[in-house]
Amino acid sequence: MNAKVLVLLALLPVQAMAQGFAGLGNDAGGFAIPQPDTVLQFPADHGAHPDYRIEWWYLTANLTGADGTPYGLQWTLFRSALAASDGQGWDTPQLWMGHAAVTTPTAHFVTERLARGGIGQAGVQAAPFSAWIDDWVMEGPDFNTMRLAASGPDFAYDVGLSATGPLVLHGQQGYSVKSASGQASHYYSQPFFDVAGTLTLPDGPVAVTGTAWLDREWSSQPLAADQTGWDWFSLSFDSGDKLMGFVLRGQPDYTAATWIAADGRTTAYPDGAFAATPLLREDVAGRKVPVQWQVRLADRGVDVTVTALNRAAWMATSVPYWEGPVTMTGSHGGVGYLEMTGYDG
Amino acid sequence: MTRTILSALLSHWWRNPLQLFTLLAGLALGTALWSGVQAINAEARASYDAAAATLGEGSYAQITAQDGGAIAQASYVALRRAGWLVSPVVQGKLGAVRLVGIDPLTAPRGIGAVPVDGSADLAAFLSGAGQIFARADTLERLPPTGAQGVAAPDVAPNTAITDIGLAQRLLNRAGQIDRLIVAPEQPLTRRPLDQVAPGLVQTVPQGGNDVARLTDSFHLNLTAFGLLSFAVGLFIVHGAISLAFEQRRPMVRTLRALGAPLQHLIALMAVELAALALIAGLIGVALGYVVAAALLPDVAATLRGLYGADVSGQLALRSAWWLSGLAIAMGGTAVAAGGALWSLARMPLLASAQPRAWVMARQGPGLVVASLGLLALSGGLALWGQGLLAGFVMLGALLIGGALALPPVLALALRAGQAGARGPVAQWFWADTRQQVPGLSLALMALLLAMAANVGVSTMVSSFRLTFVGFLDQRLASELYVSAADVPTAAAIIAVAERQAAVVLPILSVDRQVAGLPAEIYGARDHATYRDSWRFLREVPQAWDKLARGEGVLLNEQLYRRAGLDLGAMVPVAPGLALPVLGIYGDYGNPVGQVIVTEDVFRAQFPEAAALRFGLRVAPGQVGALREALQQEGVAPTAMIDQAAIKALSLSVFERTFTVTTALNILTLAVAGFAILMSLLTLAAMRLPQLAPVWALGLTRRRLAALDLLRAVVLAALTAALALPLGLGLAWALLAVVNVEAFGWRLPMYTFWLDYLRLGGLALLAAALAALWPAWRLSHTPPARLLGVFRHER
Repeated sequence: MNAKVLVLLALLPVQAMAQGFAGLGNDAGGFAIPQPDTVLQFPADHGAHPDYRIEWWYLTANLTGADGTPYGLQWTLFRSALAASDGQGWDTPQLWMGHAAVTTPTAHFVTERLARGGIGQAGVQAAPFSAWIDDWVMEGPDFNTMRLAASGPDFAYDVGLSATGPLVLHGQQGYSVKSASGQASHYYSQPFFDVAGTLTLPDGPVAVTGTAWLDREWSSQPLAADQTGWDWFSLSFDSGDKLMGFVLRGQPDYTAATWIAADGRTTAYPDGAFAATPLLREDVAGRKVPVQWQVRLADRGVDVTVTALNRAAWMATSVPYWEGPVTMTGSHGGVGYLEMTGYDG
Repeated sequence: MTRTILSALLSHWWRNPLQLFTLLAGLALGTALWSGVQAINAEARASYDAAAATLGEGSYAQITAQDGGAIAQASYVALRRAGWLVSPVVQGKLGAVRLVGIDPLTAPRGIGAVPVDGSADLAAFLSGAGQIFARADTLERLPPTGAQGVAAPDVAPNTAITDIGLAQRLLNRAGQIDRLIVAPEQPLTRRPLDQVAPGLVQTVPQGGNDVARLTDSFHLNLTAFGLLSFAVGLFIVHGAISLAFEQRRPMVRTLRALGAPLQHLIALMAVELAALALIAGLIGVALGYVVAAALLPDVAATLRGLYGADVSGQLALRSAWWLSGLAIAMGGTAVAAGGALWSLARMPLLASAQPRAWVMARQGPGLVVASLGLLALSGGLALWGQGLLAGFVMLGALLIGGALALPPVLALALRAGQAGARGPVAQWFWADTRQQVPGLSLALMALLLAMAANVGVSTMVSSFRLTFVGFLDQRLASELYVSAADVPTAAAIIAVAERQAAVVLPILSVDRQVAGLPAEIYGARDHATYRDSWRFLREVPQAWDKLARGEGVLLNEQLYRRAGLDLGAMVPVAPGLALPVLGIYGDYGNPVGQVIVTEDVFRAQFPEAAALRFGLRVAPGQVGALREALQQEGVAPTAMIDQAAIKALSLSVFERTFTVTTALNILTLAVAGFAILMSLLTLAAMRLPQLAPVWALGLTRRRLAALDLLRAVVLAALTAALALPLGLGLAWALLAVVNVEAFGWRLPMYTFWLDYLRLGGLALLAAALAALWPAWRLSHTPPARLLGVFRHER
């Protein structure tokens, strides 16, 4: 019995999804490529783009309980296409993956769902807006008012979202360059959601309020061949201003940022303006992961220390990564979310 | 000192190579049959387990349609969207292969265990032409699919795994799902099943699988055979060891007189035996592998035909199996040698060094008492015993008691023969035969057990065959059976059949729980077919008339025994309707209960169950024409089965079962024959002093040899005569006690006198063959050796 080569078929999607992420650095292979002159159309672009390889609807929220306890919440729907086509039934190459998490100062709950497109088990519809996988939903009459729900074996949540500001386009009108050699994605956000609802945790239900940030991104090859992962920050300052910044780790690193004023006006910053330096690495799930960062955007006088609310916010999903709520001290105070990928090796 | 003692001990075997051979061969043959049978059983079980793992049976809860039909794909999606973590499975026959379609994204880990060589590619599995995983031999049997075949040795035999989308297309079952596997871990919030998808039911994992339960009786037969063969082998080993120890008494005395401590000596003898047992065990396991490999294809064919169970025809070498083979060889040797070592330990230092007369089986009142006690225990258990264990204890007591009864009964019979003998030669013949019984009794007991086992198992298998064939005649009374894919086809079938003047008997059934047990409820049309052909085990007067008036139900034997529903008991058929039991019928091989109501009651209670299967009664000569007419109406040839074909198939399956049984019969008889040969060879040397005077009185060596041959045949005949009642007792115990306890139905017992006669003939032949060589040696003994007896002072 050659147990070494025994891999359960059920593990296949794990590999495929990993290939999908790794494939971000590969050729576009028949998929559509983001173009700088594309003008995003709403509500149509809230829906899926099956001719692109990968796409996500990515919501993170910083919440507070009635007793002042901080919480983090994540709801993500990934679409990964095996081929650049769509269709009905089992034959469609569109695969869907959902990640849901709740982070408390002492615990981190994660769960995952996988689904095939084409049979109704998962999908996204632009208007009226609905994104779903199994019983998880983000849906509402429009993109400004939505219900968000997910459940796992040990936690669940059901909250309402209402937008208090406009959509925000990153980069050049939503065309976000990811490397010096020109890889790019289409990228916009809704960072102005107010949230209210209930988290169901092992100790019972918790009423929470707070703010949420929704990212929408699709592309076919946003990473360059030498890029191994990214560190992505979405920061909400006490002043009402917001900052999105990321570092794509490679030779050399590539950075980009968007300053979002409290009224929604944006300023895009090119490579080099935004800087993030790890201050403290922690052993998380067997990997050395930076859990405290020094983040700078000199043009806006931002020089803050970003610290994880819970260092153990490891997403032990098919494709593992770190994703959790953070707090800021320094030139600005505030809260936000940090995502770090490519630390799984 | 150890070395000296060991070399002294081993020198015995150098001087008596035949004894060494007997010991090794007896143990090896016994181990071979036992481990061969175990290998077959293990292979079959592994196949069932692989099938269960592939299909998620046994370990996961399942959701199926209440009516036993397909689940709509929309219901699956609705359940997922209501929070149920379930995974769809569709399965069906593609050619002769079972094709299983799964969804790898939702399947719990462990479903569809498939080896992947690292280049596993979900894209290839899910899209394009797709991939089919199966064993290499299964892939060869698959009809062309266009998909890429991937060899995967861990998939269950005769099973192919592919994506559910491709499976639905290949099986022509778009949008249909057979069952949903329920993941063990479910989210906090789920809507109840009956709200989301009424008509679906969840069943808890059973911790076993249907195929394993269904085939248990077959494996039980094989195991019984293996155990009996090993017991026969142990008799041989016991004989050989006892003889060797008897002959080594002088040596042991000398060694002890020279100062070797007794415990040291006994320990070394035990080590010596353990080494010999290990060697014999290794040979036996190797032989067992050969036996199993030779029998497995037939066994696999039998299981597939009889139960639809797919068993690999190829044997895998499992460590647990060969280790257990070695263990049983060592354990058997320990049992066989225990007595000899014990008596050696108690031997006084100055005891006579002369070998005693070779008395291995202690005769006398003790043996008779033990035998009667065991037989009484067996009878008591037959009358008052409860449960499967009691059944097996009863079997064991019957066999051992019967074997122990052999020497006293033989002595009685021989004494009677002697009383009737006229003339000095005849009288000497009987007396000499009686004198030899102690020396031969162990070998004869082995023959007795082998024959009894053969009579018992053959009777059981043949009774099963007769019952089953009769049962098929009663159940398959219609000449042609047709299934319709949908209601319009069903209407077309009825129209065609009525044009052809055939009688249409719809087969209506639903799966329901009855008295808390899984059961099928059938609706039967009132027709002479049933009245003429069905036989009840028990019935009330005018059972069919009462059934036709809707005044009761018929039950199968399984439900009657398991639920304790006797004649007249009220059976809850549907909510608000309970009817009394009118009759109980045999339903062999069916693992679940069955209830039959009349057609009107069925249609009133289960209006949703459409009649899609029909039995058509038509003159046998018109079956072909009817088939053609139905085919023209669009009924697929595979949807029609004619009765003659089913019966021919069933009979061919039984023929294969007989191949296996016959092979095992011959092997056990051969082992017993070998035991006789070895005993006779051993006795031959010792008997010379007894034969020499007879020779000197004028009987020629030829005559003496002929008498020896005759003696072996007479003893075998007497043993066979005793084996017959013992075998019939064994058969009765298997059919009426063990079968009922294990499977819930009792098989009627039939007797097959011609078979027994042939078996008796075979036993005589085995004994004669075994005696042939010793007799030939006797007839060629040089007269000088015979004369030498008178020269030596003994």
